[in-house]
Amino acid sequence: MSGSNPSEPARADAVSAEVSKVVGEQWSRVMANLVSALGDLGAAEDAAQDAIETALETWTRDGIPDNPGAWITTVARRKAIDRIRRDKKRTEKSETLANLDLRSADAIHGDVLKDETIVRDDQLRLIYGCCHPALAVEAQIALTLRAVAGLTTPEIASAFLLPEATLAQRLVRAKKKIRSAGVPFKIPDDAELLSRTQAVHKIIYLLFSEGYSASDGDDLIRVELCDEAIRLGRLVADLLTDDAESFGLVSLMLLTQARRPARTTSDGALVLLAEQDRTLWDHDLIAEGTDVLDRALRRANPGPFQIQAAINALHGEAVTADQTDWEQIELLYRRWVALAGTPVVALNHLVAVSMVDGPQEAFDRLDAGELPTALATYGPYWALRADLLTKLGKAKEATAAFHLAAQHAGSAPEREFLQNKANN
Amino acid sequence: MKYALLIYGDENSAAVSPAPDTPEFATMIGGYMAFGEQAGSKILAGEALHDTDVSTTVTVVDGAAVTTDGPFAETKEQLGGFYILECEDLDEAIAWAAKIPTAATGRVEVRPVQSYE
Repeated sequence: MSGSNPSEPARADAVSAEVSKVVGEQWSRVMANLVSALGDLGAAEDAAQDAIETALETWTRDGIPDNPGAWITTVARRKAIDRIRRDKKRTEKSETLANLDLRSADAIHGDVLKDETIVRDDQLRLIYGCCHPALAVEAQIALTLRAVAGLTTPEIASAFLLPEATLAQRLVRAKKKIRSAGVPFKIPDDAELLSRTQAVHKIIYLLFSEGYSASDGDDLIRVELCDEAIRLGRLVADLLTDDAESFGLVSLMLLTQARRPARTTSDGALVLLAEQDRTLWDHDLIAEGTDVLDRALRRANPGPFQIQAAINALHGEAVTADQTDWEQIELLYRRWVALAGTPVVALNHLVAVSMVDGPQEAFDRLDAGELPTALATYGPYWALRADLLTKLGKAKEATAAFHLAAQHAGSAPEREFLQNKANN
Repeated sequence: MKYALLIYGDENSAAVSPAPDTPEFATMIGGYMAFGEQAGSKILAGEALHDTDVSTTVTVVDGAAVTTDGPFAETKEQLGGFYILECEDLDEAIAWAAKIPTAATGRVEVRPVQSYE
Protein backbone atom coordinates (compact mmCIF):
# COMPACT_ATOMS: atom_id res chain seq x y z
CA MET A 1 0.00 0.00 0.00
CA SER A 2 1.40 3.39 -0.87
CA GLY A 3 0.67 6.28 1.41
CA SER A 4 1.86 8.64 -1.32
CA ASN A 5 -1.08 7.84 -3.61
CA PRO A 6 -2.71 11.25 -4.16
CA SER A 7 -6.24 9.83 -4.19
CA GLU A 8 -5.70 8.21 -0.79
CA PRO A 9 -6.76 11.10 1.46
CA ALA A 10 -9.88 11.75 -0.63
CA ARG A 11 -10.81 8.11 -0.43
CA ALA A 12 -10.22 8.06 3.30
CA ASP A 13 -12.57 11.03 3.64
CA ALA A 14 -15.23 9.26 1.57
CA VAL A 15 -14.92 6.12 3.70
CA SER A 16 -14.97 8.13 6.87
CA ALA A 17 -18.17 9.84 5.71
CA GLU A 18 -19.71 6.49 4.79
CA VAL A 19 -18.74 5.02 8.16
CA SER A 20 -20.36 7.95 9.94
CA LYS A 21 -23.49 7.47 7.89
CA VAL A 22 -23.65 3.73 8.58
CA VAL A 23 -22.95 4.33 12.23
CA GLY A 24 -25.78 6.84 12.36
CA GLU A 25 -28.21 4.49 10.66
CA GLN A 26 -27.16 1.25 12.31
CA TRP A 27 -25.99 2.32 15.76
CA SER A 28 -29.25 1.63 17.52
CA ARG A 29 -29.58 -1.85 15.95
CA VAL A 30 -25.94 -2.75 16.55
CA MET A 31 -26.05 -1.57 20.17
CA ALA A 32 -29.38 -3.29 20.85
CA ASN A 33 -28.01 -6.52 19.42
CA LEU A 34 -24.80 -6.28 21.47
CA VAL A 35 -26.51 -5.33 24.73
CA SER A 36 -28.88 -8.24 24.28
CA ALA A 37 -25.97 -10.64 24.00
CA LEU A 38 -23.72 -9.02 26.59
CA GLY A 39 -26.23 -7.67 29.10
CA ASP A 40 -23.80 -4.81 29.68
CA LEU A 41 -24.11 -1.36 28.20
CA GLY A 42 -20.52 -0.27 28.74
CA ALA A 43 -19.10 -3.45 27.20
CA ALA A 44 -21.46 -3.11 24.23
CA GLU A 45 -20.40 0.46 23.65
CA ASP A 46 -16.69 -0.43 23.87
CA ALA A 47 -17.13 -3.27 21.39
CA ALA A 48 -19.13 -1.09 18.98
CA GLN A 49 -16.48 1.61 19.20
CA ASP A 50 -13.69 -0.94 18.51
CA ALA A 51 -15.63 -2.23 15.52
CA ILE A 52 -16.12 1.24 14.08
CA GLU A 53 -12.38 1.89 14.26
CA THR A 54 -11.71 -1.43 12.54
CA ALA A 55 -14.32 -0.60 9.90
CA LEU A 56 -12.63 2.69 9.14
CA GLU A 57 -9.29 0.92 8.65
CA THR A 58 -10.54 -2.08 6.69
CA TRP A 59 -13.01 -0.27 4.48
CA THR A 60 -10.43 2.33 3.47
CA ARG A 61 -8.27 -0.55 2.26
CA ASP A 62 -10.83 -3.03 0.86
CA GLY A 63 -13.90 -0.96 0.11
CA ILE A 64 -17.28 -0.88 1.86
CA PRO A 65 -18.99 -4.29 2.24
CA ASP A 66 -22.49 -5.07 0.94
CA ASN A 67 -24.14 -5.17 4.34
CA PRO A 68 -22.19 -2.70 6.48
CA GLY A 69 -24.52 -2.99 9.48
CA ALA A 70 -24.07 -6.77 9.73
CA TRP A 71 -20.34 -6.31 9.16
CA ILE A 72 -20.01 -3.91 12.11
CA THR A 73 -22.16 -6.14 14.33
CA THR A 74 -20.09 -9.22 13.53
CA VAL A 75 -16.80 -7.46 14.14
CA ALA A 76 -18.16 -5.89 17.34
CA ARG A 77 -19.10 -9.35 18.59
CA ARG A 78 -15.60 -10.65 17.89
CA LYS A 79 -14.18 -7.63 19.70
CA ALA A 80 -16.49 -8.31 22.63
CA ILE A 81 -15.36 -11.95 22.73
CA ASP A 82 -11.72 -10.80 22.77
CA ARG A 83 -12.40 -8.41 25.61
CA ILE A 84 -14.31 -11.00 27.64
CA ARG A 85 -11.51 -13.55 27.18
CA ARG A 86 -9.13 -10.95 28.54
CA ASP A 87 -11.07 -9.58 31.55
CA LYS A 88 -14.00 -11.61 32.78
CA LYS A 89 -14.07 -14.26 35.43
CA ARG A 90 -14.42 -17.79 34.20
CA THR A 91 -17.93 -18.72 35.37
CA GLU A 92 -19.72 -15.87 33.63
CA LYS A 93 -17.41 -16.12 30.68
CA SER A 94 -18.51 -19.39 29.14
CA GLU A 95 -22.21 -18.51 29.11
CA THR A 96 -21.77 -15.06 27.60
CA LEU A 97 -19.27 -16.39 25.08
CA ALA A 98 -21.61 -19.15 23.98
CA ASN A 99 -24.38 -16.58 23.60
CA LEU A 100 -22.13 -14.31 21.56
CA ASP A 101 -20.83 -17.10 19.32
CA LEU A 102 -24.32 -18.25 18.57
CA ARG A 103 -25.56 -14.79 17.79
CA SER A 104 -22.48 -13.80 15.87
CA ALA A 105 -23.06 -16.76 13.54
CA ASP A 106 -26.50 -15.28 12.88
CA ALA A 107 -25.02 -11.86 12.36
CA ILE A 108 -22.51 -13.14 9.79
CA HIS A 109 -25.36 -14.40 7.70
CA GLY A 110 -27.15 -11.13 8.26
CA ASP A 111 -30.16 -12.91 9.76
CA VAL A 112 -30.18 -11.04 13.04
CA LEU A 113 -30.34 -7.66 11.41
CA LYS A 114 -32.96 -8.77 8.94
CA ASP A 115 -35.51 -10.29 11.29
CA GLU A 116 -37.47 -7.17 12.20
CA THR A 117 -39.12 -8.68 15.30
CA ILE A 118 -35.75 -9.56 16.81
CA VAL A 119 -34.41 -6.14 15.88
CA ARG A 120 -37.43 -4.44 17.42
CA ASP A 121 -37.34 -6.47 20.64
CA ASP A 122 -33.59 -5.94 21.04
CA GLN A 123 -34.11 -2.20 20.72
CA LEU A 124 -37.02 -2.25 23.15
CA ARG A 125 -34.91 -4.14 25.69
CA LEU A 126 -32.34 -1.40 25.34
CA ILE A 127 -34.97 1.34 25.76
CA TYR A 128 -36.58 -0.22 28.85
CA GLY A 129 -33.12 -0.69 30.37
CA CYS A 130 -32.07 2.91 29.69
CA CYS A 131 -35.40 4.22 31.03
CA HIS A 132 -35.30 2.08 34.17
CA PRO A 133 -36.86 3.91 37.13
CA ALA A 134 -33.88 2.93 39.31
CA LEU A 135 -31.93 5.57 37.32
CA ALA A 136 -32.40 9.31 37.75
CA VAL A 137 -34.48 10.91 35.01
CA GLU A 138 -31.49 12.99 33.76
CA ALA A 139 -29.48 9.77 33.50
CA GLN A 140 -32.30 8.04 31.65
CA ILE A 141 -32.39 10.83 29.08
CA ALA A 142 -28.62 10.87 28.61
CA LEU A 143 -28.42 7.08 28.32
CA THR A 144 -31.28 6.88 25.85
CA LEU A 145 -29.66 9.49 23.64
CA ARG A 146 -26.23 7.89 23.80
CA ALA A 147 -27.06 4.17 23.64
CA VAL A 148 -30.32 4.15 21.71
CA ALA A 149 -30.09 7.22 19.50
CA GLY A 150 -26.30 7.08 19.06
CA LEU A 151 -25.75 10.78 19.73
CA THR A 152 -22.22 11.59 20.87
CA THR A 153 -21.53 13.06 24.29
CA PRO A 154 -20.73 16.53 22.84
CA GLU A 155 -23.97 16.44 20.83
CA ILE A 156 -26.08 15.59 23.87
CA ALA A 157 -24.28 18.23 25.92
CA SER A 158 -25.02 20.81 23.25
CA ALA A 159 -28.70 19.83 23.00
CA PHE A 160 -29.15 20.26 26.76
CA LEU A 161 -26.76 23.22 27.11
CA LEU A 162 -24.67 21.33 29.64
CA PRO A 163 -20.90 21.23 30.01
CA GLU A 164 -19.53 18.12 28.27
CA ALA A 165 -17.77 17.00 31.46
CA THR A 166 -21.05 17.06 33.41
CA LEU A 167 -22.75 14.93 30.82
CA ALA A 168 -19.84 12.50 30.51
CA GLN A 169 -19.81 12.05 34.28
CA ARG A 170 -23.57 11.48 34.31
CA LEU A 171 -23.19 8.72 31.72
CA VAL A 172 -20.29 7.07 33.55
CA ARG A 173 -22.25 7.06 36.81
CA ALA A 174 -25.38 5.65 35.17
CA LYS A 175 -23.44 2.86 33.46
CA LYS A 176 -21.75 2.02 36.73
CA LYS A 177 -25.10 1.70 38.45
CA ILE A 178 -26.49 -0.47 35.65
CA ARG A 179 -23.53 -2.80 35.99
CA SER A 180 -23.24 -2.99 39.80
CA ALA A 181 -26.94 -2.97 40.62
CA GLY A 182 -27.90 -5.43 37.92
CA VAL A 183 -30.34 -3.16 36.03
CA PRO A 184 -31.76 -5.57 33.45
CA PHE A 185 -32.13 -4.95 29.71
CA LYS A 186 -35.41 -6.69 29.17
CA ILE A 187 -39.01 -5.98 28.28
CA PRO A 188 -40.78 -5.84 31.67
CA ASP A 189 -43.23 -8.54 32.77
CA ASP A 190 -46.90 -7.94 32.03
CA ALA A 191 -47.54 -6.81 35.61
CA GLU A 192 -44.98 -4.01 35.28
CA LEU A 193 -45.25 -3.31 31.57
CA LEU A 194 -47.80 -0.51 31.67
CA SER A 195 -46.20 1.47 34.50
CA ARG A 196 -42.72 1.01 33.01
CA THR A 197 -44.04 2.11 29.64
CA GLN A 198 -45.33 5.33 31.18
CA ALA A 199 -41.76 6.05 32.31
CA VAL A 200 -40.54 5.36 28.76
CA HIS A 201 -43.27 7.63 27.32
CA LYS A 202 -42.14 10.39 29.63
CA ILE A 203 -38.53 10.15 28.45
CA ILE A 204 -39.55 9.96 24.79
CA TYR A 205 -41.74 13.04 25.14
CA LEU A 206 -39.00 14.90 27.01
CA LEU A 207 -36.61 14.16 24.13
CA PHE A 208 -39.19 15.37 21.66
CA SER A 209 -40.00 18.56 23.59
CA GLU A 210 -36.33 19.34 24.03
CA GLY A 211 -35.83 18.94 20.28
CA TYR A 212 -38.91 20.98 19.46
CA SER A 213 -38.48 23.87 21.88
CA ALA A 214 -36.81 26.86 20.32
CA SER A 215 -33.93 27.07 22.73
CA ASP A 216 -30.39 27.90 21.82
CA GLY A 217 -28.82 24.52 20.98
CA ASP A 218 -27.67 23.21 17.60
CA ASP A 219 -30.66 23.06 15.21
CA LEU A 220 -29.61 19.90 13.37
CA ILE A 221 -29.27 17.95 16.60
CA ARG A 222 -32.63 19.25 17.73
CA VAL A 223 -34.34 17.94 14.59
CA GLU A 224 -32.54 14.64 15.14
CA LEU A 225 -33.92 14.51 18.70
CA CYS A 226 -37.49 14.89 17.40
CA ASP A 227 -37.02 12.27 14.69
CA GLU A 228 -35.50 9.84 17.14
CA ALA A 229 -38.28 10.42 19.69
CA ILE A 230 -40.87 9.66 17.00
CA ARG A 231 -39.00 6.52 15.97
CA LEU A 232 -38.85 5.29 19.58
CA GLY A 233 -42.50 6.14 20.11
CA ARG A 234 -43.40 4.01 17.10
CA LEU A 235 -41.30 1.09 18.40
CA VAL A 236 -43.13 1.16 21.74
CA ALA A 237 -46.55 1.47 20.07
CA ASP A 238 -45.61 -1.50 17.89
CA LEU A 239 -45.03 -3.56 21.05
CA LEU A 240 -48.06 -2.36 23.01
CA THR A 241 -50.68 -2.49 20.28
CA ASP A 242 -53.50 -2.40 22.86
CA ASP A 243 -52.21 0.67 24.67
CA ALA A 244 -54.10 3.74 23.46
CA GLU A 245 -51.67 6.20 25.05
CA SER A 246 -48.72 4.73 23.15
CA PHE A 247 -50.49 5.68 19.91
CA GLY A 248 -51.60 8.98 21.45
CA LEU A 249 -47.97 9.89 22.06
CA VAL A 250 -46.90 9.07 18.49
CA SER A 251 -49.84 11.05 17.14
CA LEU A 252 -49.07 14.04 19.35
CA MET A 253 -45.44 14.10 18.20
CA LEU A 254 -46.36 13.81 14.51
CA LEU A 255 -48.98 16.57 14.71
CA THR A 256 -46.58 18.87 16.57
CA GLN A 257 -43.68 18.10 14.25
CA ALA A 258 -45.92 19.00 11.29
CA ARG A 259 -45.89 22.65 12.37
CA ARG A 260 -42.12 22.87 12.78
CA PRO A 261 -41.47 24.55 9.38
CA ALA A 262 -43.81 27.43 10.30
CA ARG A 263 -42.96 28.00 13.93
CA THR A 264 -39.89 30.20 13.42
CA THR A 265 -38.84 32.69 10.76
CA SER A 266 -35.66 32.08 8.74
CA ASP A 267 -33.68 34.11 11.28
CA GLY A 268 -34.99 32.05 14.19
CA ALA A 269 -37.66 34.40 15.57
CA LEU A 270 -40.77 32.79 17.05
CA VAL A 271 -44.08 32.83 15.16
CA LEU A 272 -47.29 32.36 17.18
CA LEU A 273 -49.68 29.60 16.14
CA ALA A 274 -52.34 32.10 15.04
CA GLU A 275 -49.85 33.92 12.82
CA GLN A 276 -48.14 30.90 11.25
CA ASP A 277 -48.19 30.40 7.49
CA ARG A 278 -50.30 27.24 7.41
CA THR A 279 -49.24 26.35 3.89
CA LEU A 280 -45.80 25.62 5.38
CA TRP A 281 -47.22 22.93 7.65
CA ASP A 282 -46.42 19.35 6.69
CA HIS A 283 -49.87 18.15 5.70
CA ASP A 284 -48.74 14.56 5.15
CA LEU A 285 -47.59 14.44 8.76
CA ILE A 286 -50.91 15.95 9.89
CA ALA A 287 -52.80 13.26 7.97
CA GLU A 288 -50.62 10.53 9.44
CA GLY A 289 -50.88 11.94 12.96
CA THR A 290 -54.66 12.10 12.65
CA ASP A 291 -54.74 8.50 11.42
CA VAL A 292 -52.68 7.31 14.37
CA LEU A 293 -54.96 9.28 16.69
CA ASP A 294 -58.00 7.51 15.23
CA ARG A 295 -56.33 4.17 15.98
CA ALA A 296 -55.75 5.31 19.57
CA LEU A 297 -59.28 6.59 20.09
CA ARG A 298 -60.77 3.32 18.83
CA ARG A 299 -59.29 1.68 21.94
CA ALA A 300 -61.69 3.82 24.00
CA ASN A 301 -59.20 4.47 26.78
CA PRO A 302 -58.43 8.20 26.74
CA GLY A 303 -55.37 9.71 28.40
CA PRO A 304 -53.38 12.95 28.43
CA PHE A 305 -51.36 12.18 25.27
CA GLN A 306 -54.48 11.40 23.25
CA ILE A 307 -56.21 14.55 24.45
CA GLN A 308 -53.19 16.67 23.54
CA ALA A 309 -53.02 14.96 20.18
CA ALA A 310 -56.72 15.65 19.60
CA ILE A 311 -56.19 19.35 20.43
CA ASN A 312 -53.31 19.47 17.96
CA ALA A 313 -55.35 17.64 15.34
CA LEU A 314 -58.05 20.34 15.62
CA HIS A 315 -55.43 23.04 15.11
CA GLY A 316 -54.06 21.06 12.18
CA GLU A 317 -57.49 20.85 10.57
CA ALA A 318 -58.11 24.58 10.61
CA VAL A 319 -57.20 26.07 7.24
CA THR A 320 -57.01 29.53 8.80
CA ALA A 321 -56.63 30.50 12.46
CA ASP A 322 -60.18 31.90 12.43
CA GLN A 323 -61.59 28.50 11.53
CA THR A 324 -60.14 26.85 14.64
CA ASP A 325 -62.78 24.85 16.52
CA TRP A 326 -62.11 26.46 19.89
CA GLU A 327 -65.26 25.02 21.45
CA GLN A 328 -64.03 21.46 20.89
CA ILE A 329 -60.57 22.47 22.06
CA GLU A 330 -62.00 24.03 25.22
CA LEU A 331 -63.91 20.81 25.97
CA LEU A 332 -60.77 18.73 25.45
CA TYR A 333 -58.80 20.96 27.81
CA ARG A 334 -61.56 20.56 30.37
CA ARG A 335 -61.17 16.78 30.17
CA TRP A 336 -57.41 17.07 30.39
CA VAL A 337 -57.66 19.27 33.50
CA ALA A 338 -59.98 16.68 35.08
CA LEU A 339 -57.65 13.81 34.16
CA ALA A 340 -54.23 15.23 34.97
CA GLY A 341 -54.77 18.78 36.13
CA THR A 342 -51.45 20.52 36.63
CA PRO A 343 -51.41 24.34 36.90
CA VAL A 344 -49.78 24.48 33.44
CA VAL A 345 -52.65 22.53 31.91
CA ALA A 346 -55.15 24.77 33.70
CA LEU A 347 -53.34 27.80 32.23
CA ASN A 348 -53.57 26.43 28.69
CA HIS A 349 -57.23 25.71 29.29
CA LEU A 350 -57.74 29.43 29.96
CA VAL A 351 -56.31 30.26 26.53
CA ALA A 352 -59.17 28.21 25.06
CA VAL A 353 -61.64 29.82 27.46
CA SER A 354 -60.61 33.28 26.24
CA MET A 355 -61.32 32.21 22.66
CA VAL A 356 -64.76 30.80 23.54
CA ASP A 357 -66.04 33.01 26.38
CA GLY A 358 -63.94 36.12 25.82
CA PRO A 359 -60.89 37.69 27.50
CA GLN A 360 -62.78 39.01 30.58
CA GLU A 361 -63.99 35.53 31.62
CA ALA A 362 -60.50 34.08 31.09
CA PHE A 363 -58.87 36.94 32.99
CA ASP A 364 -61.24 36.55 35.96
CA ARG A 365 -60.45 32.85 36.15
CA LEU A 366 -56.73 33.49 35.73
CA ASP A 367 -56.84 35.87 38.68
CA ALA A 368 -58.86 33.56 40.93
CA GLY A 369 -57.74 30.38 42.67
CA GLU A 370 -54.18 29.20 43.10
CA LEU A 371 -52.82 29.76 39.60
CA PRO A 372 -51.07 33.09 40.31
CA THR A 373 -49.04 31.62 43.19
CA ALA A 374 -48.24 28.32 41.49
CA LEU A 375 -47.11 29.97 38.25
CA ALA A 376 -45.46 33.18 39.48
CA THR A 377 -42.14 32.32 37.81
CA TYR A 378 -43.62 30.62 34.74
CA GLY A 379 -43.16 32.82 31.64
CA PRO A 380 -46.30 31.66 29.77
CA TYR A 381 -48.48 32.66 32.75
CA TRP A 382 -47.33 36.28 32.39
CA ALA A 383 -47.56 36.09 28.61
CA LEU A 384 -51.21 35.02 28.77
CA ARG A 385 -51.94 37.66 31.38
CA ALA A 386 -50.31 40.31 29.21
CA ASP A 387 -52.24 39.14 26.16
CA LEU A 388 -55.59 39.23 27.99
CA LEU A 389 -54.82 42.68 29.45
CA THR A 390 -54.03 43.96 25.95
CA LYS A 391 -57.35 42.64 24.67
CA LEU A 392 -59.12 44.30 27.61
CA GLY A 393 -57.49 47.62 26.70
CA LYS A 394 -55.26 47.85 29.77
CA ALA A 395 -52.02 48.72 27.95
CA LYS A 396 -49.99 49.84 30.93
CA GLU A 397 -50.64 46.71 32.99
CA ALA A 398 -50.08 44.61 29.87
CA THR A 399 -46.61 46.10 29.35
CA ALA A 400 -45.62 45.24 32.92
CA ALA A 401 -46.83 41.67 32.42
CA PHE A 402 -44.90 41.34 29.13
CA HIS A 403 -41.73 42.41 30.94
CA LEU A 404 -42.28 39.70 33.55
CA ALA A 405 -43.02 37.16 30.83
CA ALA A 406 -39.72 38.02 29.11
CA GLN A 407 -37.89 37.80 32.40
CA HIS A 408 -39.14 34.23 32.94
CA ALA A 409 -38.91 33.10 29.30
CA GLY A 410 -37.52 29.61 28.63
CA SER A 411 -35.36 30.41 25.61
CA ALA A 412 -33.64 33.30 23.85
CA PRO A 413 -36.09 33.52 20.91
CA GLU A 414 -39.01 33.55 23.35
CA ARG A 415 -37.39 36.26 25.44
CA GLU A 416 -36.77 38.39 22.38
CA PHE A 417 -40.34 37.93 21.19
CA LEU A 418 -41.80 38.99 24.54
CA GLN A 419 -39.38 41.87 24.96
CA ASN A 420 -40.54 43.23 21.60
CA LYS A 421 -44.16 42.96 22.72
CA ALA A 422 -43.35 44.83 25.93
CA ASN A 423 -41.68 47.65 24.00
CA ASN A 424 -44.55 48.14 21.54
CA MET B 1 -26.73 -11.54 41.93
CA LYS B 2 -26.94 -10.98 45.68
CA TYR B 3 -28.93 -8.05 47.01
CA ALA B 4 -29.28 -6.64 50.52
CA LEU B 5 -32.81 -5.47 51.23
CA LEU B 6 -32.44 -2.95 54.04
CA ILE B 7 -35.68 -2.31 55.86
CA TYR B 8 -36.10 1.22 57.24
CA GLY B 9 -38.90 2.79 59.22
CA ASP B 10 -39.67 5.06 62.13
CA GLU B 11 -39.17 2.70 65.07
CA ASN B 12 -41.25 4.99 67.29
CA SER B 13 -44.29 4.70 65.07
CA ALA B 14 -46.88 2.12 66.03
CA ALA B 15 -47.57 1.45 62.36
CA VAL B 16 -43.95 0.43 61.70
CA SER B 17 -43.26 -1.44 64.92
CA PRO B 18 -46.52 -2.37 66.64
CA ALA B 19 -46.34 -3.51 70.25
CA PRO B 20 -46.30 -7.30 70.84
CA ASP B 21 -49.68 -8.83 71.72
CA THR B 22 -51.55 -6.42 69.43
CA PRO B 23 -53.45 -7.61 66.35
CA GLU B 24 -51.23 -5.32 64.22
CA PHE B 25 -48.18 -7.15 65.53
CA ALA B 26 -49.72 -10.52 64.66
CA THR B 27 -50.54 -9.28 61.14
CA MET B 28 -46.98 -8.05 60.63
CA ILE B 29 -45.42 -11.30 61.87
CA GLY B 30 -47.83 -13.25 59.67
CA GLY B 31 -46.76 -11.10 56.72
CA TYR B 32 -43.08 -11.78 57.36
CA MET B 33 -43.70 -15.52 57.71
CA ALA B 34 -45.56 -15.53 54.40
CA PHE B 35 -42.71 -13.59 52.80
CA GLY B 36 -40.21 -16.14 54.13
CA GLU B 37 -42.21 -19.04 52.74
CA GLN B 38 -42.65 -17.39 49.36
CA ALA B 39 -39.04 -16.32 48.91
CA GLY B 40 -37.83 -19.67 50.30
CA SER B 41 -34.31 -20.57 49.28
CA LYS B 42 -33.74 -17.18 47.68
CA ILE B 43 -33.22 -15.88 51.21
CA LEU B 44 -29.53 -16.29 52.03
CA ALA B 45 -29.85 -14.41 55.33
CA GLY B 46 -32.30 -12.20 57.14
CA GLU B 47 -32.65 -10.75 60.62
CA ALA B 48 -34.79 -8.31 62.53
CA LEU B 49 -32.85 -5.82 64.63
CA HIS B 50 -33.56 -4.39 68.08
CA ASP B 51 -34.42 -0.69 68.20
CA THR B 52 -31.58 1.81 68.12
CA ASP B 53 -32.06 2.68 71.81
CA VAL B 54 -29.95 -0.39 72.62
CA SER B 55 -27.34 0.11 69.91
CA THR B 56 -23.73 1.05 70.59
CA THR B 57 -21.47 2.81 68.12
CA VAL B 58 -17.75 2.01 68.04
CA THR B 59 -14.91 3.86 66.40
CA VAL B 60 -11.16 3.40 66.80
CA VAL B 61 -9.19 6.49 67.74
CA ASP B 62 -5.39 6.19 67.97
CA GLY B 63 -5.69 2.42 68.13
CA ALA B 64 -8.21 2.41 70.97
CA ALA B 65 -11.92 1.59 70.69
CA VAL B 66 -14.15 4.48 71.62
CA THR B 67 -17.77 3.57 72.23
CA THR B 68 -20.82 5.79 72.37
CA ASP B 69 -24.35 4.98 73.40
CA GLY B 70 -26.87 5.04 70.56
CA PRO B 71 -26.89 4.79 66.76
CA PHE B 72 -24.28 6.15 64.36
CA ALA B 73 -26.63 8.90 63.23
CA GLU B 74 -29.89 10.23 64.63
CA THR B 75 -32.36 9.87 61.81
CA LYS B 76 -36.11 9.87 61.52
CA GLU B 77 -36.12 6.39 60.03
CA GLN B 78 -33.83 3.62 61.28
CA LEU B 79 -32.56 0.34 59.94
CA GLY B 80 -34.86 -2.23 61.51
CA GLY B 81 -33.85 -5.41 59.71
CA PHE B 82 -32.52 -6.87 56.50
CA TYR B 83 -32.55 -9.73 54.06
CA ILE B 84 -29.84 -10.95 51.74
CA LEU B 85 -31.54 -12.38 48.64
CA GLU B 86 -30.27 -14.16 45.57
CA CYS B 87 -32.01 -12.60 42.54
CA GLU B 88 -31.75 -12.72 38.76
CA ASP B 89 -31.54 -8.93 38.42
CA LEU B 90 -32.62 -5.64 39.97
CA ASP B 91 -36.21 -6.07 38.77
CA GLU B 92 -36.56 -9.27 40.77
CA ALA B 93 -34.97 -7.65 43.84
CA ILE B 94 -37.39 -4.70 43.54
CA ALA B 95 -40.34 -7.09 43.24
CA TRP B 96 -39.29 -8.88 46.45
CA ALA B 97 -38.66 -5.58 48.25
CA ALA B 98 -42.22 -4.52 47.46
CA LYS B 99 -43.50 -7.70 49.13
CA ILE B 100 -41.82 -7.00 52.48
CA PRO B 101 -44.70 -6.19 54.89
CA THR B 102 -43.19 -2.98 56.32
CA ALA B 103 -42.46 -1.62 52.83
CA ALA B 104 -45.96 -0.15 53.13
CA THR B 105 -45.20 1.75 56.36
CA GLY B 106 -41.48 2.43 55.86
CA ARG B 107 -38.98 1.98 53.02
CA VAL B 108 -36.76 -0.75 51.70
CA GLU B 109 -33.37 0.12 50.27
CA VAL B 110 -32.09 -2.35 47.68
CA ARG B 111 -28.29 -2.54 47.67
CA PRO B 112 -26.33 -4.94 45.48
CA VAL B 113 -23.81 -7.01 47.42
CA GLN B 114 -20.20 -6.76 46.23
CA SER B 115 -18.82 -9.87 44.66
CA TYR B 116 -15.10 -10.70 45.01
CA GLU B 117 -15.14 -14.04 43.22
